[in-house]
Amino acid sequence: MSLVEVTGLSVAFGSVRAVEDLSFRLEKGAALGLVGESGSGKSTVASALLGLHRDTGAVVDGTVRVAGVDVSSASERELRGLRGARAAMVFQDPLSSLDPYYAVGDQIAEVYRVHHPASRRAARARAVEVLDRVGIPDAGRRSRARPHEFSGGMRQRALIAMALACGPDLLVADEPTTALDVTVQAQILDLLHTLREETGMGLLLVTHDVGVAAENVDEVLVMRHGRAVEHGPVGSVLGSPAAAYTRALLKSVPRVDVPRPAALAGTAPSGSAGPAGPASGAAVLEATGLRRVFGRGAKAFTAVDDVSLEVRRGEALGVVGESGSGKTTLGRMLVGLLEPTAGLVRHEGVAVSGVRPDVQMIFQDPVSSLNPRRSVGESVADPLRARGERGPAVRARVAGLLERVGLDPAHHDRYPHEFSGGQRQRVGIARALAAGPRVLVCDEPVSALDVTTQAQVVELLDELRRELGLALVFIAHDLAVVRRVSDRLAVMRHGRVVEYGPADEIYESPSDPYTRQLLAAVPALDPDLAALRRAERREAATT
Amino acid sequence: MSVLHGFLGFTLRRTLGAVVTLLAISVIVYVVFYAAPGDVAQITCGPRCSPAQVRQVTEQLRLDDPLYVRYLHFLQGLFVGHDYSTGTSVEHCSAPCLGLSYQSDQQVTQLIWAKLPVTGSLALGAMVLWLLLGVGTGVLAAWRRGRLDERILTGVTLAGWATPVFVIGLLLMIVVCGQLELLPFPQYVPFTEDPEQWAWNLLLPWLSLALIEAAKYARLTRSAMLETLAEDHVRTFRAYGVGERRIVGRHALRGAVGPLIALNANDLGSLFGGAVLTESLFGLPGIGRELVHAVNVVDLPVVVGMVLLTGFFVVLANAVADVLFAVADRRTVLS
Amino acid sequence: MVSEGARAGTGMVLAPASGARQFWRRLRAQRAALVAASVVALLVLVALAAPLLTALEGQNPTTYHPGLVDSARGGVPVGALGGMSGEHWLGVEPQTGRDLFARLVHGARVSLGVALAATLVQVAVGVVVGIAAGLGNRWVDQALSRFTDVVVALPLMVMSLALLAVVPGGFPRPVLVAGVIGLIGWGSVAKIVRAGTLTLKQLDHVAAARLSGWGSWHIARRELLPALAAPVITYAALLVPVNISAEAALSFLGAGVKPPTPSWGQMLTSANVWYQAAPQYLLLPAGLLFVTVLALTVLGDGVRRALDPRAASRLAVGTGRRKEARA
Repeated sequence: MSLVEVTGLSVAFGSVRAVEDLSFRLEKGAALGLVGESGSGKSTVASALLGLHRDTGAVVDGTVRVAGVDVSSASERELRGLRGARAAMVFQDPLSSLDPYYAVGDQIAEVYRVHHPASRRAARARAVEVLDRVGIPDAGRRSRARPHEFSGGMRQRALIAMALACGPDLLVADEPTTALDVTVQAQILDLLHTLREETGMGLLLVTHDVGVAAENVDEVLVMRHGRAVEHGPVGSVLGSPAAAYTRALLKSVPRVDVPRPAALAGTAPSGSAGPAGPASGAAVLEATGLRRVFGRGAKAFTAVDDVSLEVRRGEALGVVGESGSGKTTLGRMLVGLLEPTAGLVRHEGVAVSGVRPDVQMIFQDPVSSLNPRRSVGESVADPLRARGERGPAVRARVAGLLERVGLDPAHHDRYPHEFSGGQRQRVGIARALAAGPRVLVCDEPVSALDVTTQAQVVELLDELRRELGLALVFIAHDLAVVRRVSDRLAVMRHGRVVEYGPADEIYESPSDPYTRQLLAAVPALDPDLAALRRAERREAATT
Repeated sequence: MSVLHGFLGFTLRRTLGAVVTLLAISVIVYVVFYAAPGDVAQITCGPRCSPAQVRQVTEQLRLDDPLYVRYLHFLQGLFVGHDYSTGTSVEHCSAPCLGLSYQSDQQVTQLIWAKLPVTGSLALGAMVLWLLLGVGTGVLAAWRRGRLDERILTGVTLAGWATPVFVIGLLLMIVVCGQLELLPFPQYVPFTEDPEQWAWNLLLPWLSLALIEAAKYARLTRSAMLETLAEDHVRTFRAYGVGERRIVGRHALRGAVGPLIALNANDLGSLFGGAVLTESLFGLPGIGRELVHAVNVVDLPVVVGMVLLTGFFVVLANAVADVLFAVADRRTVLS
Repeated sequence: MVSEGARAGTGMVLAPASGARQFWRRLRAQRAALVAASVVALLVLVALAAPLLTALEGQNPTTYHPGLVDSARGGVPVGALGGMSGEHWLGVEPQTGRDLFARLVHGARVSLGVALAATLVQVAVGVVVGIAAGLGNRWVDQALSRFTDVVVALPLMVMSLALLAVVPGGFPRPVLVAGVIGLIGWGSVAKIVRAGTLTLKQLDHVAAARLSGWGSWHIARRELLPALAAPVITYAALLVPVNISAEAALSFLGAGVKPPTPSWGQMLTSANVWYQAAPQYLLLPAGLLFVTVLALTVLGDGVRRALDPRAASRLAVGTGRRKEARA
């Protein structure tokens, strides 16, 4: 009997059909990856395995058997016996997934006691044991801490410890590393891998990241719009995909190990010939000794510390760093939304402060970057109106801009909520262009988007750069995306630039140990290469 | 930063903030009541005062001096006390001295002090009652959410919330004491005299004050718990087989503790308001009824003293609540 | 009060775009809110048409009818049911013999008018102070927030009682009551608005407006105020019934609206003496107060749900415990 047997599963929320007629099996000890973009229904499937749709108003059809329990017909009591004890789940956001008010160890002990007739003391001991097992240092003491006193990676380890507490046969991991930095992601995935080797539990890994799946599962099931698109061994699906959608998906995935296509390489606009090498091109934007401190006194925190860099005409400068590296603060100082505590921003050689029309920004969050109460046309017209332009000419200009970023100009009067994330990002780009900028600072412009949309938006930005001779500052945490656009690269850590130079050189032969660590942590698409990388990381960890 | 160190610092900062707020309140109250247009000395002294007496009041309160001197004089009374000379004798008013009530010929502090036990008995008893009733109802409503009994409970709570305190009090008094004659019309008996009679006589005032407040707490408890129940960590415990009763009783209720503490502190102000009404209605000789009396005869020093006293309690309660809130939710201290 | 602001902040809701049409659609979808809205509409109509209604009855609220009360028995209305008759539809007031119906409908005017006016004052002052604190620099924010703390610390009931004792006469009493309640009770509005402004200030579209080249005034008007409307309206809707209760309580204590102007709270002052002889003299104003406050509260809840569907749906999760259709 298989560990998981799903036959003809359909889940509908009201009129929305999230999953339709899905069937798959997972054998004991095996690992299956559910891969898909947002809205593909993959997380809905994960919840269905534990019967979490019960009493929520969702309509579930088909049969789901997990560890011998028929989830759809099981009694409330049987279901509770399954949850946590035989099949455990790890969620995406480790902070909100734990109760903020209780010690981590107590929460694990609570779950253990639900399934085992153990004393309070014994349950606590078990909690410390599993916390130790997942690599929490000084587990006895740390078990008394509350979730907010843990770092993101530690919290996810604690959640995995909770999953381990009752020794389940199946682990369902729903985007377990999406909220984490890439180096932490690698550690968590390695931990999951080790635990699986040791305990022999089965794994159902839900992820949007094909690379994460490649490293960690034996089989993948690609989902789209609630249906299975392709299903097979990970090597063959990723190596030679049969379905057109899988091929398109794989093509969109940015690759950290592939150099930037020559067609995209930065060229200065007419005037200076040849590709923009490190030495060519005049600096349009220059930062010297930028520093920003938040708070005062004992609570002062230096977000950006002595950063100097320049952005040259028509080039794309990538800025990568993990969360807390100060990259967003740097971006806001470059456009003048934040005043630096020390240092200078020069524009065409002249020191400036405050915002100005020729340096514009593309924001990360496509939801909050547009005023929900104003039509997209009004938003795009904003810089024009601020300059004092009025009358029908504005509407015409806006139509042109919308068309330029690939939107239908007839959608002028629609509101942001009527657009998808990618389209909203395009509206943001049109608004920035309306100001007539020379430099576009893009702060994580695609991190909230699905990979296929990501590829399109990156493409658009690059086109605009070449066509309008814009300089781009591309701030992102995703090393692969940055490689696809950047001529030059700055790697940030703890507010400082640790490596700065031509992008391809840094990607091919990083000189800073942190950059090397970052690059080693990026999941590889090729399962064999991924296994090799994992072995290297393990070796690096033990030595 | 050690947690203990953080708490001490926070408590210290919070206390300092409370002191500043209190001083600001005293300035505003003083300016509003003593710098108002009209003959302050005559108003303070009362309508039957002779010009000589008014003259004496003017001297005692330094009403001929500039405003800030008068205020500082008033403040001095609060911190060190005053000696009031009446020409023939000297009356000592020790700190915290809120001045003299010329109309009732008493020191305001003593007057308040004498009435405080009544209001204290009323407030404390009502508070216990409404916390039990309110939080209990709220928990029940959150647990039985969506079912018929919960709907009825929520409806009753809403009705309670919508009834002015004196209407409930009036109806209770008429029905219980007048029609059914289950209890005598309340008359205050000090606790020290006869605890049993004390409780019986305060039962109705407690109820009328508590029922409305209880409705407020039930609403808050219910909505805070429902909000917590929609959070991700509750989903985690459901996914790990933890039963509904435990989720509601342990995780959801814990999420409501912070808002409840906050409400309790903020409510002290409306509790005073409720006490004023309840005491007037039931004829209890507490500071609320005294305030109404002082207002009716325009006994300025008493009015000012009462306002300052209630402000003091509200600020104090808020400071205590903030510290408790920080203990309940440690994240606030560190942020 | 550090965490007070934080608490207000967590409670505040910045609803997504919701046009007036969506608002009405969502409000109409709630049966309880609809019923409450009709009750409120009826009360407002009665208040507006008070002179008309009393003219129809042929009475007015201030004329004494000494012949209709039995002075020998302390002023009990003559006749059954507190003196109800074709001329005096609901009977007359004990002691004075004033027409009860006329006093009740004119009382609705006072009650609703004072509460609405007080709410307007609270909202106006609160919004101005809150936005100024939220947009101002550190010192402006500190000063205004402290001031707000002080205002919040002054108990509404006690402070308005005290103030109403010393304010000079000559003003129309209802205006005075509305002004006093309004000027003491704006603190929480200011806190909500400040917290909302601080949250909104962080949003990217506000930053984008700055990058477009607009100044603070334009940003406050175009980006902040429309977004603050939802939480402010929501809060104001819940303030109205609170203010109704406050006016009634003040008048009940004899410090609010004074005779001969009628007010429901004021009528209850002596009602407990007469409940046996003229029960409607107690029950009618009490019932009207109850219905008004209840209807306004339910309506306020409905407005909140219609303006903030996110919070409403959050609260609705799990309330509809429909059983999952099983395979």
